Amino acid sequence: MILKENVTCMFCGCLCDDLKVEVENGEIMDVKNACVNGRSRILNHNRERVENPKVRKDGELVDVSFDEAIQKAVNIIDDSKFPLIYGLSSTEVDAQRKAVELAERIGGTIDNTASFCHGPSILAIQSSGAQEATLGEIRNRADLLVFWGCNPVESHMRHPPRYSVTPEGMYISGRSDREIVNVDVRETTTSKMSDKFVKVDPGKDYELFSAMRAYLKGFDVGDAAGVSSNEIEELVEKMKNCNFGVIFFGLGLTLSSGIYVNIEGALDLVRDLNDHTKFAINPMRGHFNVTGANAVMSWTTGYPFGVNFSRGYPVYGPGEYTAMDVLVRKECDSVVVLASDPGAHFPASASSHLKDVPTVLIDPKKNATTHFADVVLPPAAAGIETGGTAYRMDGVPLELDKLVESDLPSDREILDRIIQKVEV
Amino acid sequence: MIIKNGTVYDPINDIDGEKMDICLKDGRIVEEAEGKEIDASGLVVMPGGVEIHTHVSGSKVNSARSLRPEDHRKDVVPKTDITRSGVGYTVPNTFVTGYRYARLGYTTMMEAAQAPLGAKHTHEELNDIPILDKGVFTVMANNHFILKYANDEPEKLKNYVAWLLKASKGYAVKLVNPGGVENWKWGGNVDSLDDNVENYNVTPREVIASLARANDELGLPHPIHLHCNNLGKAGNKETLVETAGMFAESLGSPGNSETTVEVGESAKNRVHLTHVQFNAYGGDSFANLSSGAEDVADVVNKNENISCDLGQVIFDDVTTMTSDGPWQHRLYKLSGKKWNNHDVEMEAGSGIVPYTFRSNNPANAVQWTIGLEVALLVEDPWRVYPTTDHPNAGPFYHYPKMFAWLMNKDLRDEVIENGPSSASSRSGLGSIDREYSLYEIAIATRAGPAKRLGLKNKGHIGVGADADIAIYDFDEDNIEESFSRAKYVIKDGEIVVKDGKVVKDTRGKTICADVQGEVTDEMRDEFSKYYTVKMDNYPVNDSYVPREELIKCG
Repeated sequence: MILKENVTCMFCGCLCDDLKVEVENGEIMDVKNACVNGRSRILNHNRERVENPKVRKDGELVDVSFDEAIQKAVNIIDDSKFPLIYGLSSTEVDAQRKAVELAERIGGTIDNTASFCHGPSILAIQSSGAQEATLGEIRNRADLLVFWGCNPVESHMRHPPRYSVTPEGMYISGRSDREIVNVDVRETTTSKMSDKFVKVDPGKDYELFSAMRAYLKGFDVGDAAGVSSNEIEELVEKMKNCNFGVIFFGLGLTLSSGIYVNIEGALDLVRDLNDHTKFAINPMRGHFNVTGANAVMSWTTGYPFGVNFSRGYPVYGPGEYTAMDVLVRKECDSVVVLASDPGAHFPASASSHLKDVPTVLIDPKKNATTHFADVVLPPAAAGIETGGTAYRMDGVPLELDKLVESDLPSDREILDRIIQKVEV
Repeated sequence: MIIKNGTVYDPINDIDGEKMDICLKDGRIVEEAEGKEIDASGLVVMPGGVEIHTHVSGSKVNSARSLRPEDHRKDVVPKTDITRSGVGYTVPNTFVTGYRYARLGYTTMMEAAQAPLGAKHTHEELNDIPILDKGVFTVMANNHFILKYANDEPEKLKNYVAWLLKASKGYAVKLVNPGGVENWKWGGNVDSLDDNVENYNVTPREVIASLARANDELGLPHPIHLHCNNLGKAGNKETLVETAGMFAESLGSPGNSETTVEVGESAKNRVHLTHVQFNAYGGDSFANLSSGAEDVADVVNKNENISCDLGQVIFDDVTTMTSDGPWQHRLYKLSGKKWNNHDVEMEAGSGIVPYTFRSNNPANAVQWTIGLEVALLVEDPWRVYPTTDHPNAGPFYHYPKMFAWLMNKDLRDEVIENGPSSASSRSGLGSIDREYSLYEIAIATRAGPAKRLGLKNKGHIGVGADADIAIYDFDEDNIEESFSRAKYVIKDGEIVVKDGKVVKDTRGKTICADVQGEVTDEMRDEFSKYYTVKMDNYPVNDSYVPREELIKCG
């Protein structure tokens, strides 16, 4: 039995790097320190796996060689006038770099899953800027934490105990030194561990941010967004008077009515709070390497998501070149899905187009997109069967571990083989 | 390969415009070679350019890329059969960064700041910057362990500096607003060299002195690379002069420790003062900002252990980005532009604010004069290096413009005459007649920075040097154009640029300092308590530097 220590988890954006994994005869026997999500992801990495490359023939996916499946993928791309490459967020950085290279080479459109989660946050930051801090900075100093439109107790289970709510930090002895506020449209498990819950009317987050900012600027405010003026004043006074505050926000803000405008409200409030004290705002990123997908696309194309290469250079177009929009408008005539499952996550108006056009899926597991796929290329699982880099939700890069061997090629190798063969 | 009949400027080998042949083989300069010949008759041959301070890679640069789509779309770069595509302008993607530096004749560059926690990111981006050899400076002056050891534990400090440099695959020790960035983590700053750094009972002066001593005792190839306190503030020349004054004499030992290694009476520590333009202001507000270039040049002239680079202002859009969080907040308050801040646990911070330097703005006009004034008043070109602190004071693509101003007084006077009166009334630039020669340009942009970085195979084209060469079709009536597109650039003995176009896409080396430090129990204990990554996961593994070149210390 081999015990691998300091293993980085590849479930969510927390990228906890303190896992202990027991490996025996090339199999993972046990995982310690992980949350149930991470533990299950790693222990069950062999379940629902696609073992062989497949190509759809007469309506059925049939096993073929990698050579044949890659050639079929290349043919689909070569025959396509508007290829879309989508996903990226559940694999490592080198595979993401290769995905961009492929998109550039074929003059395609490339987008990552951020467009469907924190893309609005990025748009808002491009307008207002943002004040972020690494999770350790928050653990060491923050005495006021506001969880807004997110429920880490269920979605990022080790976030509260490892980074934010209960751990000891340099200037914070533990839970009792921190005040926890939860703002959401309904009570959740995160509300239960909070000192204060503020219930905002659904779709009224921007209104609440605006009222808070108005109060901060010295204006009288009345009730807003279902929150009483007293509560607004109390909340802003807390924020002004803490030593180091932070807002963590999630999809409750980014995907509810108002989308990026909600985030602008939050960013403007935090920026202005910095005239009074130290305040940060951090997004709760989901997929383990969605932050990496944004980082890689930014350094290789200049833009974090939603990029089109049809003119030979990168053009940025949120709403124009973002995957869901391209699919709903039925613009693309082929799709390469990398390390993602749009078949499950996208609304039917978008995923139905996946059925209508040739789709290549590069993903270790059977998923809802497999049902639409015309070519399935199963890679070794990133972070379990291959190493690489992933970026934590706060931008901290961590090295992923190769825990067990696999006969399958990595995502980056598969993409590289396609890149070598496609017509330029 | 043989480069025949070029007019060679190779200051390290005392060659000032001699007609001669240069022979290359296996990526090095050799005595004799065969093979392809380049006819360099009538062309100027220099060592490849060495960039001593630029911001092109890592988390802060990449946040700025993501922050500024409006900046990129005015400057698009299509792919070619040879090169990748991308965008400029002030924060270009990695590919365009490499190609554009290469076109200017630069073959080596130093990324000026990385927080060690983000070092893997820096190196991943550096690997995607084509053609050039590159290194990176690791920020240390607001690091928990440094602040803790600075006062009276010089041996622990030295060990930690060595360990951190190695762990981050860094090349040099960078100091940014020592102590100020730590105080900014509570919303504060420091105002002087003797302010207190909260919770550490240490002053910026002590941090600078102790890091300078550790740096030199370790024998690191480059001096400490210092971004001074109070950057960007009116009247801050006093801080720079006071900081430089520390180095006018031996820093000696901290006195209250028996373990201190004595520095000899005559031994002086070295310092590189970076982007001094931003720290050379007289006056007491932006309304009466004046040039402090004379004071800055004076301290450099008087102390051979001090060098500097300019941070020359270009009238253009810029993206300011530094590890100096409080300065970036101040600039946001001054400009009202969008503002990013990113604090990094235990060790650093950073900020980003877009800005535009305008030729009709009286303060900007004074700022423009300062870099040039420093370059012209420092008598020894070996110790003053033209930079724009890219992209803080201007994109690096404008370097040829800066060289033209240095080489031609008329071009400078034209800017002064067409600008606001402040450029002549609050700066002495107009009264300086000096013009740089080509030899001096070769010193200031190649030989000097290579020497100051301790890169023995760079900055010259004597036998044994790396075969990194820039060849220009130089026209003294059109200096800017001459330097904008090199006729040829040779990297590792291969032609990578011809007639201003990239003809080969290669990958350069990563240059790291060859130092060793130990992990102590104390480091491990505090690391496990206060960092959110495991100490064993913190160092950058060799897989991140596929072509590593280690530079010996001592």
